[in-house]
Amino acid sequence: MDGHGRRLRRPTTPRWGAWLGWGAAVALPLGFLAVFFAWPVVSLVLQGFFTETPAGRELDLSGFVEVLSQERTWRIVGQTLAQALTGTLLSVLLGLPGAYVLYRCRFPGRTLVRGLVTVPFVLPSVVVGVAFRALFAPGGPLGWAHLEESFAGIVLALVFFNYAVVVRTVGGMWERLDPRAEQAARALGATPWRAFRTVTLPALGPAIASAAAVVFLFCATAFGVVLVLGGLRYGTIETEIWTRTTQFLDLRSAAVLSVLQLVVVGAALLVSSRARARRERALHLTSDRVSAHRLRLRAGADLVPALVTLVVVAGLLVLPMAGLVTRSLHAPDGSWGLDNYVALGTTGGRNALTVTVWEALGNSLRTASWAALIAVVVGGLVALVVSRRPRRAGLRRAVGVLDAAFMLPLGVSAVTVGFGFLITLDRPLGLDVDLRTSGALVPIAQAVVAIPLVVRTMLPVLRAIDPRLREAAATLGAAPGRVLRTVDGPLGARSLGLAIGFAFAVSLGEFGATSFLARPDTATLPVVIYRLIGRPGAENYGMALAASVVLAVLTATVMMVAERLRGDRPGGEF
Amino acid sequence: MEQARQTTGLVVRDAVVRYGATRRRPGSVAVDGVSLDVAAGEIVALLGPSGCGKSSLLRAVAGLEPLVGGTVAFDGADLAGVPVHRRGFGLLFQDGQLFPHRDVGRNVAYGLETQGVPRAERASRVADLLADVGLADYAGRSVATLSGGEKQRVALARALAPRPRLLLLDEPLSALDRRLRERLAVDVRDTLKATGTTAVFVTHDHDEAFTVADRVAVMDAGRLLQVDAPDVLLRAPAGPRVAEFLGLPPADVPDSPDAPASSGARTATVTTSSGHDVV
Repeated sequence: MDGHGRRLRRPTTPRWGAWLGWGAAVALPLGFLAVFFAWPVVSLVLQGFFTETPAGRELDLSGFVEVLSQERTWRIVGQTLAQALTGTLLSVLLGLPGAYVLYRCRFPGRTLVRGLVTVPFVLPSVVVGVAFRALFAPGGPLGWAHLEESFAGIVLALVFFNYAVVVRTVGGMWERLDPRAEQAARALGATPWRAFRTVTLPALGPAIASAAAVVFLFCATAFGVVLVLGGLRYGTIETEIWTRTTQFLDLRSAAVLSVLQLVVVGAALLVSSRARARRERALHLTSDRVSAHRLRLRAGADLVPALVTLVVVAGLLVLPMAGLVTRSLHAPDGSWGLDNYVALGTTGGRNALTVTVWEALGNSLRTASWAALIAVVVGGLVALVVSRRPRRAGLRRAVGVLDAAFMLPLGVSAVTVGFGFLITLDRPLGLDVDLRTSGALVPIAQAVVAIPLVVRTMLPVLRAIDPRLREAAATLGAAPGRVLRTVDGPLGARSLGLAIGFAFAVSLGEFGATSFLARPDTATLPVVIYRLIGRPGAENYGMALAASVVLAVLTATVMMVAERLRGDRPGGEF
Repeated sequence: MEQARQTTGLVVRDAVVRYGATRRRPGSVAVDGVSLDVAAGEIVALLGPSGCGKSSLLRAVAGLEPLVGGTVAFDGADLAGVPVHRRGFGLLFQDGQLFPHRDVGRNVAYGLETQGVPRAERASRVADLLADVGLADYAGRSVATLSGGEKQRVALARALAPRPRLLLLDEPLSALDRRLRERLAVDVRDTLKATGTTAVFVTHDHDEAFTVADRVAVMDAGRLLQVDAPDVLLRAPAGPRVAEFLGLPPADVPDSPDAPASSGARTATVTTSSGHDVV
């Protein structure tokens, strides 16, 4: 269209067209975020501040006083912080050698190990909980250590999840760090250890800080895994919100806890965004060339990290996954066989479920597809807008605010979102449709959770497009729409594959919000697994194990395929 | 300076470009009231040290930077408010900026596609242009396999393909090694003259400027010091600063009050800067 228009050489720009386009690209995601995130969460939070009286709503802070004066509340807050801090520290300490071995060294099978390390991050939290429970149970491979329902057990599971975050974030930067700085230090007489400590470590600092902040966030809001592993003695603010809502029907103190959670998460997000900004600046120090050397096991500098990584990968990552598969092949009568998998076509012992596990799988695939579609459209638009650097300082700040706003769902607990949906969306915007029974809420809630990941996956790739490439296209006569289609489109498409895979995998495993919203006949696989382990009987437990294996294989496959689509480009933060 | 009222070609009057300007801060001045005429079919070189504002002026002409003051007109029509893609100007970057997801032929064809040129005509024009820049068999090659010199040749062919009214070249040869640069400078002039293209060529190398251009505009600290044909410039530089930058001995130049007294200051030419070069 515009190609022909150019020949007319219209003297003025139809500026309103550009404004309309960008306006829509901002308005659609913002509207989505407002209706399906801000409104439910704010409504829920307000429940903690107000009480309904015959005269109307009244400000009432007694809920805070009551909740904050309970010894149980502070025990839970303490446990949340202790678990998150220990989990973060351990993930970083173990992740650094892993980043070195997997990104700075070359050895046969490296790609496979990198893929293996990534799998736990996308595994559904319920599955991880079940796997570790099977590991710690009396008679399990680690039954002798008595880690069942223990602090150490939960921390190990958190590290299992977040090891990949550290390895990938730090490794991605380490891989591109110019080795000549360290060589210069060595030439000045520094020992390898001293050169690492004084040159490499400071250069990696921003990446480490950014990874640690993200890991802390994930640990502090961990839900499914803590719910399954913690039993009655251990919990997080997140599981406590769930318990108080669903078990005690105490909405008010749950709302107060949500506020408390927001404070913790807000602080972590602030640190994380600072670290991210520093890291994006530090990226200029790196080169485009990947510099890795062959793994030299004779040298201590390579041997120690290699051993640590081997122990972590084999003991912490492979063992629980292998244990889960083995136990799932253990029939309820003690013999080996596929009985548990055959039972997936039933509704469980004493009809524990309303649907069969295979039907639940169908539900999962259907809702996750819708969720991925929504997340990629909304998140893609956000990434596109945020990747621009407008000339006007005011607009630039607005873009920064948009970026931060769409990171919030990453930190706000999925439980809060799901719970908020329940109390607000019975008559959304005064319309006479009860969204809660329509079944549309589950994919929408899953999309809310997946959007930040989509944005973080696509943004670095879009930002890496040299703005002069767009300028070159414009000087060749391409109108803004055409530039978007012929430059940003093809170059961003690679990250689109990974983003779709990520969104789909995360939606498949989403448990926090889904557990609130899914009706018994539309239960998804994670919900069904949790229900099965809560019911008595070896038969139900066996089914839970088999269903976990099915879900794990499914998400891992989706992720591996998506990872292939990404190719060998840097980018993505998780 | 030449101030003739031109009706064809490029006319820049009192152009001002600032960076980092907000309502409170005026920002730094990159181009400070420059006037320049380029006649149809003429090649003008913008010569100056790094940070003198020459790239900023070029980007303002292309429509990539907004003018704070002054005007840019072409063939008598004011270009204020005309967006980049409707100006019909080509731009060649220092590092080519080839599209990595398109092969050589499809890079050259890009501008023709936006014009809606039919496929067959497009293919023959791409082949002609690639032959012109000496890369006849390269259409199917991936741009990642090209050397630096080949990339710039492809970028030149790509910029010429839509037959721009004016071609802007932003230090197109600076990233190349010396021998290649000298050879390509001759090639670029031949190609521009053969296609009758009006061009502005930004460089910090006076030899390159003299090789390529009909006239050379010497720029420093956001202002134009002198615009003349190469032989006039060498014979009668307008001041010590021009002479210094052309590498002429300062003794030939009439003294001016702000001229550095000692000859030792001659080496410090490149450090003066009042704005930012974008590239």
